[in-house]
Amino acid sequence: MIGEDDVRYVAKLARLRLEQDEVARMTGELAKILAHIDKMSELDTAGVPPTAHVLDVVNVTRPDKPRPGLSRADALRNAPAVSDDCFRVPRMS
Amino acid sequence: MTTLDPLRLSARDAKRLLVDGEISSAELAKVYLDQIAAVEPRVRAYIRVTYDNAAKYSTKVDREMQALRGPLAGLPIAIKDNMVTEGVTTTCASRILRDYMPVYTATAVRQVWDDHVVMLGKTNLDEFAMGSSTENSAFQTTRNPWDLATVPGGSSGGSAAAVAAGEALWALGSDTGGSIRQPAALCGIVGMKPTYGAVSRYGLIAFASSLDQIGPLTRSVYDCALLLQHIVGHDPNDATSVALPEPVALPDAQRLDGVCVGIPVEYLAAGIEPGVRACFDETVARVEQLGGTCVEISLPHTEYALPAYYIIAPAEASANLARFDGVRYGHRCADPVDLLDMYERTRGEGFGPEVKRRIMIGAYALSAGYYDAYYGRAQKVRTLVRRDFEAAFAGVDLIASPTTPTVAFKAGSRTADPLSMYMCDICTIPVNLAGLPAISIPCGLSDGLPVGFQLIGPAFSENRILQAAHALEGAIGFAPAPTFRDSGAGAAAGARTETQA
Repeated sequence: MIGEDDVRYVAKLARLRLEQDEVARMTGELAKILAHIDKMSELDTAGVPPTAHVLDVVNVTRPDKPRPGLSRADALRNAPAVSDDCFRVPRMS
Repeated sequence: MTTLDPLRLSARDAKRLLVDGEISSAELAKVYLDQIAAVEPRVRAYIRVTYDNAAKYSTKVDREMQALRGPLAGLPIAIKDNMVTEGVTTTCASRILRDYMPVYTATAVRQVWDDHVVMLGKTNLDEFAMGSSTENSAFQTTRNPWDLATVPGGSSGGSAAAVAAGEALWALGSDTGGSIRQPAALCGIVGMKPTYGAVSRYGLIAFASSLDQIGPLTRSVYDCALLLQHIVGHDPNDATSVALPEPVALPDAQRLDGVCVGIPVEYLAAGIEPGVRACFDETVARVEQLGGTCVEISLPHTEYALPAYYIIAPAEASANLARFDGVRYGHRCADPVDLLDMYERTRGEGFGPEVKRRIMIGAYALSAGYYDAYYGRAQKVRTLVRRDFEAAFAGVDLIASPTTPTVAFKAGSRTADPLSMYMCDICTIPVNLAGLPAISIPCGLSDGLPVGFQLIGPAFSENRILQAAHALEGAIGFAPAPTFRDSGAGAAAGARTETQA
């Protein structure tokens, strides 16, 4: 059963700030959803191969020729903060 | 100029009127802009109406008609706001992308732009296409033109409501677990999810990459085929896209002679409303009147599809949405103390409750110690669901079901219980897990609200589905138009002016 500590831990993994009331609400909602999902455990899946992708397409390649990409100006166009033609971010602590 | 009824005009007829010179593209665009002015304050299907673009581009098509003459030239379209459009803000109905201005255009949109369709605007959706009612939009709640107190379905609820309300001739949507077919059903129009890979996903802001697929929402099956013709194809920018083995044909079938349709017993057990069931049964009877046969079949793992989907889709979403970190685009929180604080607060402020829930489910399912029990197992269940379909299609040509268990429900009635919202897609989700094509067509009314009939085919059987749907559509003769009756609320919409690049 998922608890508030699990929710806080996963939120940290997901880089998602949750307020205390969100943690409490999320814990109840996730518990209910996961209980439904646990229905999968009724099935014997031994020997069943996983499906990651439905098409029989593997290792699609193309000729490795240089071609124009996104310009620097376009790449930076939506950036919240730019400095010296680079994305600017706060320092790591 | 003839007086045109935007609630009834098909793209096929609009195209003929344009080619015959009975109407200009600018006049056609004005029909929809006038309808938007009349009903959009109540329906709120659009996040952004591109008034200037529609006026200017349609005039350009008229002026250069000889040079721009193409199969779709001058026909107006609405685009779901999770497909990036250069020069026109693309929000995904999320605060985190509120002011995002794309620097390129999604391939499917580029294809119709290159055919000189006229973009009317960008339509509302559940934030990042996560939802079944369009109530998860960060900006506005779209209402169903059949009853403004009810939802249009989702996540392509804006596209479906726009077409149903005569605010667009047709529209593009995307379908990850039913997000085209379910709103099409609830709004009384046609919606198709093509085979996975048939339409490029390049520029479709990713939700669940192994499930997402772009497709048409239209007023008729013929229009659906016409639009589908122009968006399919291999795209070097999407390594999962493939060329269809045969071109999409415009359907003309009137009969279903020799067509065997399977009816999965599990889909009818899934809490189908009596009114929906009655319309479904009537439509099944029509299949036989048209010369087809219907047989009961079993898709035994159906009840495990929803749990598997609610691991696979959130797991992929939690990875895809990692890119929204406040560095390269979108919202960034104010005054972060350090990098981690910026990531966490940016995402905490930028994402709405349903998106957070899915990121959390996905991150939990992928985390150490739970991977095998959840994600690993869900992928195996996905195989079992696929095998169910493969076995069924050894004996039948198509599979039919109600598209949704219920007609449009009241706004607000399911928002408090995420699981009850997830149940809306019980008949559509298995199709995405198996990567199959499927269509929803209107098959009648229950309590004055539309009911959808779903036809599912094997991979790359789009033409088979379209032909059968066309024959059924003719026999059903679904004629009513939405009445905009209002047993609920309505409020003002907002839209800014931008142009297609």
